[in-house]
Amino acid sequence: MNVIETDSLTKYYGKSRGIIDLNIEVGQGEFLGFVGPNGAGKSTAIRTLLGLISPTSGSASVLGLDIGKSRTEILSRVGYLPSETAFYNGMRVSEVLELSARLRGIDCTKEAAVLCERLQLDKTKKIRQLSLGNRKKVGIVCALQHLPELYILDEPTSGLDPLMQQEFYNILKERNSQGATVFLSSHILSEVARYCGRAVIIREGRIIAADTLSVLSAKGFRRVTLKGANVLPLIDGISEVRREDSEVTFAYRGEAGKLIRALSDLEFDDITITEPSLDEIFMDYYTAEEGHR
Amino acid sequence: MTLFIHELKQSKWSLIIWTVAIAYMLGIAIVIYPQMAPQMNEMGDMFANMGGFTAAFGMDQINFGEFWGYFAIECGNVLGLGGALFAALTGVSALSKEQKDNTAEFLLTHPISRRRIVALKLAAVLTQTAVLTVAVMLAACLATAVIGESIKLKELLLLFVAYLLMQVQIACISFGISAFSRGRGIGAGLGMALMLYFVNILSNLTDRLEALKYLTPFAYADGAYIVSNSVLQFEYIAAGAVFALFGITAAFIRYTTKDIT
Repeated sequence: MNVIETDSLTKYYGKSRGIIDLNIEVGQGEFLGFVGPNGAGKSTAIRTLLGLISPTSGSASVLGLDIGKSRTEILSRVGYLPSETAFYNGMRVSEVLELSARLRGIDCTKEAAVLCERLQLDKTKKIRQLSLGNRKKVGIVCALQHLPELYILDEPTSGLDPLMQQEFYNILKERNSQGATVFLSSHILSEVARYCGRAVIIREGRIIAADTLSVLSAKGFRRVTLKGANVLPLIDGISEVRREDSEVTFAYRGEAGKLIRALSDLEFDDITITEPSLDEIFMDYYTAEEGHR
Repeated sequence: MTLFIHELKQSKWSLIIWTVAIAYMLGIAIVIYPQMAPQMNEMGDMFANMGGFTAAFGMDQINFGEFWGYFAIECGNVLGLGGALFAALTGVSALSKEQKDNTAEFLLTHPISRRRIVALKLAAVLTQTAVLTVAVMLAACLATAVIGESIKLKELLLLFVAYLLMQVQIACISFGISAFSRGRGIGAGLGMALMLYFVNILSNLTDRLEALKYLTPFAYADGAYIVSNSVLQFEYIAAGAVFALFGITAAFIRYTTKDIT
């Protein structure tokens, strides 16, 4: 059974686009990154899954339950961290954590204490006195303290210092290894590459790629530099051409064999073919025009 | 239940401040009555002869020289208007404050149905109006006892029941507005309460506008009428109940399908 499954999920806000024809499948126990530039529709997709907004068309199920019909049941088994966490004024951290637990009808005191300890969150402080990062931690504890089966996290590490990010991911990894599924949106690609087994890339409301990270980067382009030449191989898939003195650099998308054969007709002194950085790969997915793939 | 208690805790200070302010003003008005009483008969004559103005505030029905006449008018001024504004404010922010303060996302991603959220929030609003009314009534009784006037229990209870119903009606209509509102909606809530107040004044001015009384809860929360006739005007209360139910229904329908963005 898929933990999250969407079928042509579409959301328009009036005439403006939210998400279009989204088909996502997240399997049990996956650690999945949901990646895309700002405004691509990540939060819209997440909010639809949680029933905060209702889809314009299409359907989706979470934990095998229909998002429209079984909203409360889904929410009781999901831990959600919003991208911008806001809490009630005048409350203390401990009161917020307790309110969250009570709204779920369960006692999470022990787990909350463990999480606060690990994330170094002072429960006696008032929410108002907390920094952005510490406020984020309150949201994290709210999302994690009831030991849900599925974690839906919207940009979970924004505002956290690197040490805390590390600890946060350690906790998530532990939960994941105990069988929980993690679905997190992010635009910090290095963390997605590091922790997520698979990534779904969304752009302008549509899924443009979904695969393991090794496959995603393999599908990416190669950067080729030819020294002592200023002609290009005569094949398709060449872009971003830069010429400097006696050197030409270009990006190549396509089969490596074709490139090598085309290069063999050229005269040059030296060649480097490099794999682009992860950021470049994602950037390429974000900006790529239809014709490229 | 958790949400109900949470709501009351959140609005604790607002409730305390409004209750104390209204109770204090009404108490003062009652306590100064013995000093006012000797001039009341003259003033009563004066008020009784101001034509439209007299009728507008229901002072044509009342004997100012009597404590209970004075009490009814003061109640109308202080608890009538104050209570209405409190009810409007509390009702109109009940649902909308969650979106304004960005806490809706927190609340609505907990396993609690929207219908239940609406029901518990409405219960919290109505509880607050009841607490305010009862507290003000007790303060008024205390002040009355302090100046040595006897308490007319039936009139007292009818009066406060009428003011409570009025607040409930305004709270329910405001609550309906709250489900549609994107901001806090305070302007809309207070504006609505004041408009209803002026509609009642208009309807008092001339018989031709008598029908307007069905539109406003101030028509049955009319201290002068209640004290001089010892009855409530059920036809206006019934009309008010329709408006209140309309507000509640609108809130349920809107809030259970609303996109929280």
